[in-house]
Amino acid sequence: MNTTDLTALVKQLSDVHSIAGDEIAMRRTLRPLVEPHCETLRVDAMGNLIAYKPGTGDSPLRVMLAAHMDEVGLMVVDYTSDGCLRISASGGIDDRLLPGLEVRVGPEGLPGIIGLEPVHLAKSTDSVATKEQLAVDIGASGKDEAKRLAPVGTRITFATQSRDLSPETLAGKAFDDRAGCALLVHLLQGAPLPCDLYGVFTVQEEVGLRGAGVAAYAIEPDIAIALEGTIADDLPKEEDVSPTSQVGHGPVITVMDRSYAAPPRLVRYLVETAERLDIPYQFKQPGIGGTDAGSIHRVRQGIPCATIAVPCRYIHSPISLMNTADLEHTATLLRAALDGLTPALLQPAR
Amino acid sequence: MDLQLLEKLTQVFGPSSAEDRARELIEGEVTGLVDETWVDPLGNLVAHRKGNGKKLILAAHMDEIGLMVTHVDQEGFLRFTRIGGLSPLTCIGGRVRFEDGTLGVIYLERRDDTSKPPTLEQLYIDVGATSKEDAPVGVGAIGVFVRPLEQQGTRIISKTLDNRIGCYVLIEVLRQLKESDYDLYALFSAQEEITLSGARTGAYRIDPDLAIAIDVTGTGDTPKARPMAVALGKGPAVKVKDAGMIAHPIARQLLVDAAEKADIPYQLEILAGGSTDAAAMQLVRAGVVSGCLSIPCRYIHSPSEMVDSEDVENAIQLLLTLLAG
Repeated sequence: MNTTDLTALVKQLSDVHSIAGDEIAMRRTLRPLVEPHCETLRVDAMGNLIAYKPGTGDSPLRVMLAAHMDEVGLMVVDYTSDGCLRISASGGIDDRLLPGLEVRVGPEGLPGIIGLEPVHLAKSTDSVATKEQLAVDIGASGKDEAKRLAPVGTRITFATQSRDLSPETLAGKAFDDRAGCALLVHLLQGAPLPCDLYGVFTVQEEVGLRGAGVAAYAIEPDIAIALEGTIADDLPKEEDVSPTSQVGHGPVITVMDRSYAAPPRLVRYLVETAERLDIPYQFKQPGIGGTDAGSIHRVRQGIPCATIAVPCRYIHSPISLMNTADLEHTATLLRAALDGLTPALLQPAR
Repeated sequence: MDLQLLEKLTQVFGPSSAEDRARELIEGEVTGLVDETWVDPLGNLVAHRKGNGKKLILAAHMDEIGLMVTHVDQEGFLRFTRIGGLSPLTCIGGRVRFEDGTLGVIYLERRDDTSKPPTLEQLYIDVGATSKEDAPVGVGAIGVFVRPLEQQGTRIISKTLDNRIGCYVLIEVLRQLKESDYDLYALFSAQEEITLSGARTGAYRIDPDLAIAIDVTGTGDTPKARPMAVALGKGPAVKVKDAGMIAHPIARQLLVDAAEKADIPYQLEILAGGSTDAAAMQLVRAGVVSGCLSIPCRYIHSPSEMVDSEDVENAIQLLLTLLAG
């Protein structure tokens, strides 16, 4: 597959609506994409989709790759007297993003609007309405119709359609972590690796890294890599401080975040691989965020974990941006790192 | 006390996830005292002394708190984040050593509002560089406090007594241990200060009947300290509970019985903040009877932690009595 296909994958997956606990639409989309390319494909009790692709036999290693299917979104928790939907968040969403948004409600994708009084009537425009004060208007005639159309627990997602912002810039929702999912599909569709590969599309990452651990428990991999779309906050800053990561500066390698610290030898290996291939790379600013690696590394007798991400601007919002060269470089780094992986690399120094 | 060993242990580089040098030092000390050693995927060192009785883990974490560089500015000053519970107040004016040997001074930027305590973001490290290009270390580099070990009376003062004092106790137990029925696994764990992941995974592989962590605990014997009935020099502390676990009554009683049998002074410990490897070990697999023997320690996570050598000696004797059965 070429780059066009990888970006097409990101766009296709970005447009799927799946928040934590309701990843069925993602599973349905992914299944036909990966099934022809793997030996087994199964869904575990939590809903993780696990694709097994045997290696060429050249490496004894069993490798798990994790990309989470869930995106941030909202959930119906109650109704206003006139039939609008009261909401709570699923994953981290900034209240400031919500008023005026177009959303999709439930499995049928009903259109909805997060309403706010017109500016003419606003007593103050200084404060931000909280999720508790906002409601989703689906045009229901009253509370009863709203309950019928969107029962409590109905999932709500951003309505954004993916698109090309420029020849090298993609825009769309949920690049965190449809970028990772696309990288994993791309890898599964490619030629077999030396190692045995377990590609896991995980559930419930955004609500506490809940899905990946049980998949790792079942698979018992020698090493795991979390694939992510991560924070790029590279807009100009007033002070001389580092961004978390920068768009256009290549794959983002995690040294330490809030969920775990990567083994230094694996970080070195990824850096050496990138340098050998002459592709750009960057470190994610340490101490920020967390990924599925945070739950995978502590499973059973311990699993060395790395995290590689595509830098994405405006994640956890209705629309994020990605540079196609970053995506391509991340895929190249991932493939090369897996091709060269040896058991010795996983051994702590003695 | 073997102060030479304790000095080596406190001074060796080994922050969470980068424990290689600490592990190599400890492995060198315990090889020959046990039947086998292994290092597992997260870097825990396990020293196994075979016995016919119950499988017992004695766990002491070998990682220390530290810091990681997050940014190098145009003038060559470094900004950093914490590895484990690093407090801004104990950093200012201190020195750090990076893995490659680079030395740095931590200081505080000028602040307009001095009514609030400083945050970590307001501190920087000066490595003597004059520009970003000139800085010898970059983003992701790991550093630890620099501060020597000194003894004054019965008090021992050093960086990283949390928890190399626990490692010291465990090594001495292995050195002095004679007969024991216990199938003993000395677990020198990794990553306690960030996630407790080392003890969790180490214990999983061992699958023990009983697990006891050896770690430091706070005290209530300093000016305006938070009330806590633990003091320096009054004996090792048998943990009742802390912020992460309630000690299993069986484990607690085993430690108390051993103290009373050997006529060793001990204290009962309730720690309001913080926890130990025992919290992770008790939840491994189907659950493990777990407890903790603590060395009372003042100024934990500062560059000048303080313990009493008699508490340390008594902790060793208490554990030897427990192991003798």
